[in-house]
Amino acid sequence: MTPDTTSNGYVTGSNLEKVLHAGIFAVTGELGPPQNADASVIRSKAALLKGACDAVNLTDNQTAIVRMSSIASGTLLIQEGLEPIIQMVCRDRNRLAMQSDLLGAFALGIRNLLCLSGDHQTFGNHPTAKNVFDIDSIQMIQMVTDMREKHSFQCGDMIKGVEPRFFVGAAAAPFAGPIEFRPYRLAKKVAAGANFIQTQLIYDIEAFKVFMEKVRSLGTHQKAYILAGIGPLKSPTMARYMKESVPGILVPDFLIDRMVTAGAPWKGKKNDELSKEEKKARSEAWKAEGLQICVELVHQLREIEGVAGIHIMGIEWEESVRLIAEGAGLLPRPDFTTPAPVTEEILNDG
Amino acid sequence: MIVAEQKTLEELKTLISDAKKVLVVGCGTCVTVCFAGGEREAAIVASSLRMASKLAGNSKHISEVTVQRQCEWEYLDQISEQIQGADVVLSLGCGIGVQAIAEHYPDTWVVPGLNTTFLGLPTEQGIWAERCSACGDCILGLTGGICPIARCSKSLLNGPCGGSEDGHCEINPEIDCAWQMIYDRLDHMNKLHVLMDIQPPKNWRVSRDGGPRKIIRQDLRLSEIAEE
Repeated sequence: MTPDTTSNGYVTGSNLEKVLHAGIFAVTGELGPPQNADASVIRSKAALLKGACDAVNLTDNQTAIVRMSSIASGTLLIQEGLEPIIQMVCRDRNRLAMQSDLLGAFALGIRNLLCLSGDHQTFGNHPTAKNVFDIDSIQMIQMVTDMREKHSFQCGDMIKGVEPRFFVGAAAAPFAGPIEFRPYRLAKKVAAGANFIQTQLIYDIEAFKVFMEKVRSLGTHQKAYILAGIGPLKSPTMARYMKESVPGILVPDFLIDRMVTAGAPWKGKKNDELSKEEKKARSEAWKAEGLQICVELVHQLREIEGVAGIHIMGIEWEESVRLIAEGAGLLPRPDFTTPAPVTEEILNDG
Repeated sequence: MIVAEQKTLEELKTLISDAKKVLVVGCGTCVTVCFAGGEREAAIVASSLRMASKLAGNSKHISEVTVQRQCEWEYLDQISEQIQGADVVLSLGCGIGVQAIAEHYPDTWVVPGLNTTFLGLPTEQGIWAERCSACGDCILGLTGGICPIARCSKSLLNGPCGGSEDGHCEINPEIDCAWQMIYDRLDHMNKLHVLMDIQPPKNWRVSRDGGPRKIIRQDLRLSEIAEE
């Protein structure tokens, strides 16, 4: 059989795809682009993530706040030698804008795409804006998969020339409502064409095991790579906020208690009674505990059948990605930049 | 029905500030039922404006009248003298009523007294809720009679986003998650399998996105009959 020299059997041949395809437990990170036009912000955050993960998500106007575009940020990331996963939300673009931007993103060297509905604009800094939602995230997955596989635009017209080939990702929120439907919604995204999945932050391993059991019973884990969401808690307040105010995130009380205990030496003192140094020391203690929790969670997630990797969301703490990956024994990351040597066995096979 | 809310008195005062003779026109249909622009509201608005103009020292002549439906020429014809005698007509009809007056009386200045809000229904005394976006391609047959276009904050067609929790929408706990309701209803009706079908991108052309819409029914047109 003549080997396909262009793709080597990969959908797009991105580093992320190669890592997952090789059965290596994958690590993706996340980078929030700045609310300004300063490329150096991306470059300095990239330095923190380089070598710590296989690919980096670039959020698309996250929480509906205007930021440098994910495609532009992704291009800067490529210049720094990292692989981007650009996020694209349905809130800000109609199908014309999406396809046009994706042609451009591919031309600029971007190979991974995460399709999302997008936070509602009323949360952000332009709450009076009109939203788009021309298509939803599942329809976007279908559209970009058809661009790759059928070489066609959403309207059915053929793409004459180079088609954009993305390794297509989707999000899963295992604990959002209606909870019984969540494994099916994930299956639907995979049926639409999603190649990989990144989940919402997981803190409740037992609940996630129940979700994954259902996912496995539907066979979804064999059709797409599932990366579990990980994010370090930075304080007990943040842990409580996540539990109480962020839809779809479960934080068990014992984890909140651990965060409280980590700050115990400073217990009983109000914020204004603490010196600057004391506040810093307390914050460091909380963050250390948050990282330790993440490392433990990663070990537990690795044990769950069908979990192909983790997606670390540092949320304005990009350093944490390396610390968690290191702590969990996931460094160094594999290097696919140099082609594997052609062995005799393979030659004989041909 | 069409649901509307009254503009503030301040805004109404600004809208009629140049006029000496003002005619407040109520409407006897949708906006009467939602207590925004019926006969009773027209009387209240007229007397409030009368009082306000008197207090401001520039007394205006403000009268009121209510027709059965502002959106049909025949009802507007019944008040043509009053309309034409006013410097400004303050319509308490929906946006359609305001435009009907402007279209039917080209020499009359008409201003809106209401903000037309949505197509919906009263869920209980004093509460109205949106139900329809008039998208032009009804999909209620797929969703158990609950509209995700009008009732999901993101108009999603393939199930709930990650912001659904305890049956509420992430944007406001006062808003029910449409997809939770759809799920519950399909579950109740033993039709959950319907949710596994991927719904294709919607044809928004038949909605407002295709430009202003018009329906022409040849079978009903009087001019066609006359031509035959």
